[in-house]
Amino acid sequence: MSGVGPVSAFYVLAVLSIGSALMVMAARSIIHAVLFLVLFFVSLAAMFVLLSADFVAVAQLLVYAGAIGVLVVFAILLTPSREQRGMETKFVGPGLLAGAVVAGTVIFIAFNTNWPTASNDFPSTVDAIGQALLNRWALPFEIASVLLIAAMIGAIVIVGGRGVDLDPGAAGPSARLVRRER
Amino acid sequence: MTALSGFLLSQWYDLRDLGNPVRALIDWINGWGDGTTFHWVGYIVAGLIGAAAIGLFLGIAMLSLIWIERKAVSRIQIRYGPNRTGPFGLLQPVADALKLMQKEALTPLAGDKIVFWLAPVVIFIPTLLVFGVLPFGPKMTAANISVAVLYIVAIGSATPLVIFMAGWSSNNKYSLLGAMRGIAMAISYEIPMVLSLLGVVLFTGHMDLNGIVQWQQKYHVWLIVLQPLAALTYFISASAELNRTPTDIAEAESEIVAGYHTEYSGMKFGLFYAVELGNALAVSGIWATLFFGGWWLFGLDRWIPAWLIFLGKMYILYGALIITRGTLPRLRIDQLLDFAWKFLLPLALVNVLVVALEVTIWQENGISAGIVLPVFAVVNILLSVVLVVGYVQSFGFARRQRPRRARLITDTLAAMPQ
Repeated sequence: MSGVGPVSAFYVLAVLSIGSALMVMAARSIIHAVLFLVLFFVSLAAMFVLLSADFVAVAQLLVYAGAIGVLVVFAILLTPSREQRGMETKFVGPGLLAGAVVAGTVIFIAFNTNWPTASNDFPSTVDAIGQALLNRWALPFEIASVLLIAAMIGAIVIVGGRGVDLDPGAAGPSARLVRRER
Repeated sequence: MTALSGFLLSQWYDLRDLGNPVRALIDWINGWGDGTTFHWVGYIVAGLIGAAAIGLFLGIAMLSLIWIERKAVSRIQIRYGPNRTGPFGLLQPVADALKLMQKEALTPLAGDKIVFWLAPVVIFIPTLLVFGVLPFGPKMTAANISVAVLYIVAIGSATPLVIFMAGWSSNNKYSLLGAMRGIAMAISYEIPMVLSLLGVVLFTGHMDLNGIVQWQQKYHVWLIVLQPLAALTYFISASAELNRTPTDIAEAESEIVAGYHTEYSGMKFGLFYAVELGNALAVSGIWATLFFGGWWLFGLDRWIPAWLIFLGKMYILYGALIITRGTLPRLRIDQLLDFAWKFLLPLALVNVLVVALEVTIWQENGISAGIVLPVFAVVNILLSVVLVVGYVQSFGFARRQRPRRARLITDTLAAMPQ
């Protein structure tokens, strides 16, 4: 990474991502915190673009800014509003300590790893990721998908298993629509 | 480029592709000094030209689309539509915009003022960004990124969040209901949309839009012939996310006032209105690029400017959106979500399976494209007809024009209050 453009872009994005991450913690309203979280995800995606990791950037945008952001919003709206107000916590000290430990570990690893450097012309990463996922790492990939399906079925069982009447005759007017007449 | 091997030879005055003069300008700037120090100027100028071109195009397109849409829907509904302002009512969009700008932009007292103000501005970002990757010509892509198809999906998934911002910050139950509905619909319809795009990417082996257009040029076929199921599911699921009339449950004027923009007035409402048109144009542009050959038109693109071909296709497909808006009845929210999960999702899954099978047959055996593509086209068209007709026959509801026996009113299609 050299030249005026990438370096200035890096600093802009660094300020944006760290600032929005801080605002996630500092915002009083939980919805504002979620919106800052999404801003943080977007600036992180831009950071990946800066590193020529196009696929990771777009996946970050798709999975985190799109799906996770919407999911968190849904979760907040479905929780009672009195639970949303308890934003004050007694665990500021331990929280800061734990955060400092994690940050220290990451910084230590970042400075002590021998990172491989690439030339300026970096090829598209989509092909390489696809090959890796479907050839060498096919088994872990499939195991992850089985895990996701198990989680999904578990969620359906938890939500739908609580005495909800799934009889189509009782599910409102739309379920009683008659089939094609012979 | 291969498409432009005509008599003008891609010189800067070759206006069949507006990328040529821009390229010449950037090359000239890059040549300043010793040839490397001023690359950042060229970079910035290229970005500015792309952004200005997209902004200008979208501004003009939105103004014209308001008129086109109102006029066309009026003709469908057997009335004249705007015809007083200017010739044929052509100045109606300008009059609308001026009126909206003069109106007071109210802000709810108990609402969240910053988010309320931010939402109509932010909602423009995804629309503008999608146009950045659309290839208007062989060299006319503002950002030719290699993961463009995934990028479009990712950018589109940001819109429901902005709709939620608008609905939540209004502090109005109808707004919040509209926002929740919008998110539920977006989540449901994203899945068949992604699966149909996956079919295209699998079949062509390209993820950048220009690559997909060049694939269609190489094999001399439009992808809608080879991928009718994907084209159908993409069209339905992408147009469902546009909040236009057959699927406008996020606004639902007959149910929840105006949905997420109930509290917006003046130009803030105008921005939501314009962005809907821009999104619709973006969807028709993506549809034209993926399934109708984009800027390529069976060799005619050597003589007609490629961007004119693309614009023509985009506007013709936008006409399809207008027709669906003007002719189809609205869907209730449960019908709409059922339609996504029970009709489009199985269809898209079958399509992905069939496409994977076909690509495997094609690539593993090394059969030439001239033999294999017509076979695939026939098989896929037959399959899609059989699947759609079979689904409708076995799960659909027949029109009952002449009932043979008396029925209770609850047995009919009418939704009765309990």
